[in-house]
Amino acid sequence: MSPQLQTISDFIKNSSALTDADKESLLKVIKEVDKNQSMIQFKLDRIEKDRNTLSVMLQESIEDLQKKSLAIEETNKELTKTLEELKATQAQLIQSEKMASLGELTAGIAHEIQNPLNFVNNFSEVSNELIDEMTEQLEKGNAEDAKAIANEIKMSLEKINIHGKRADGIVKSMLQHSRTSSNKKEPTDINILADEYLRLAYHGMRAKDKSFNAAMKTDFDESIGLIKIISQDIGRVILNLITNAFYAVMEKKKLRPEGYEPTVTVSTKKMDNKIIVNVKDNGTGIPQKTLDKIFQPFFTTKPTGQGTGLGLSLSYDIVTKGHGGELKVETKEGEYTGFSVILPV
Amino acid sequence: MKILVVDDEKDVQVLFEQRFRKEIRNKEMEFAFAYSGEDALKYLNDLSHEAVLILSDINMPGMSGLELLRHIKEKHKEPPPLVMMITAYGDADNYNTAMKLGADDFLTKPLEFSLLKEKLKAIH
Repeated sequence: MSPQLQTISDFIKNSSALTDADKESLLKVIKEVDKNQSMIQFKLDRIEKDRNTLSVMLQESIEDLQKKSLAIEETNKELTKTLEELKATQAQLIQSEKMASLGELTAGIAHEIQNPLNFVNNFSEVSNELIDEMTEQLEKGNAEDAKAIANEIKMSLEKINIHGKRADGIVKSMLQHSRTSSNKKEPTDINILADEYLRLAYHGMRAKDKSFNAAMKTDFDESIGLIKIISQDIGRVILNLITNAFYAVMEKKKLRPEGYEPTVTVSTKKMDNKIIVNVKDNGTGIPQKTLDKIFQPFFTTKPTGQGTGLGLSLSYDIVTKGHGGELKVETKEGEYTGFSVILPV
Repeated sequence: MKILVVDDEKDVQVLFEQRFRKEIRNKEMEFAFAYSGEDALKYLNDLSHEAVLILSDINMPGMSGLELLRHIKEKHKEPPPLVMMITAYGDADNYNTAMKLGADDFLTKPLEFSLLKEKLKAIH
């Protein structure tokens, strides 16, 4: 009991003015008050204890949060770094994909340059011989014969020019292929571009695999004229589609179906305000379960080391994001696959 | 001497006709041209065209020069015509395959016509 209540209690007990009954009743009240006071004190003590515990816990929580906040900051830094690394890796992968496809072309390029070079070398030698012959005829006074020889020289020189330009075109397209895209749309003859890459891809395949053979068909819409595209990017797309087509016919040939003639057809067509470049093969086709994944980065059905899985995904980006076009596929398993690059004009 | 030149490059005909103009004029050599392996086989199957020597490219769309060589050496046995391979791929693989299939010679592009002339004259 508190000293104050004890004093009041003692005063009541010793008071002569109160009756025993009053004293008893008053002391009972004081006892009640004391009991309540003890209860309140107990509760207050508990609240105080709780408050202290809570305070300690809060302090701990604040420290914990601060630690966590620091950790998050660290993680953020790491994530930013990782993202930058990923971006750099992606750029490297795109470049490796370009170089890998350039590698596929190297042998084809060598072949395509040796052929025009054969003409350039030999027609220039022929021209030299013909000039000697022409001089001889002029000395003899045979002007008509000399004129005929001059015509032959002219023809030889035209051939040198044609084949020189052909070699030049091949070297340029190779450089364009390996160079980082300028992202600049330039007037391009899509038919020439498609034909060039078809030949390069064909000879590239042929050089890599002696047993490779396929009929190449072209059906170009001559009314297209020049269209504004990023030629090295669209060239890369066409090359990728043709290389895949050759791969598909080779895979089917391995199964040795009777009377099978591997055929890859490249066609172009102008329709309203669109240009469609179609690459079709009569190869293995694409199974439905694979079809959903073909444009996903790193997806490939080729054995390890033979495909980066980036070809179609990059092609898709070039056509859709780079040119606002569409890349569509039509296929029947075991029978054919046709990819259509649809470009707005 | 009748020579069949097989190459998918159409200008090969003009080139041969120019480089061998004297031999053609003097009727020392006669050339025929086929632009694919299939065309060459058709030509050889026609008895009125009997080539004694075939100069064939290796890389051609459709039937390759090596397949043509195999056909010629298997089917035209009595006696098989001489076959000289001319290719832009002068690698060991092509050379060995051609020789194994019975090629009589192997030349690479760009073609040295002086060398080819010597070889042809030696056969003649």
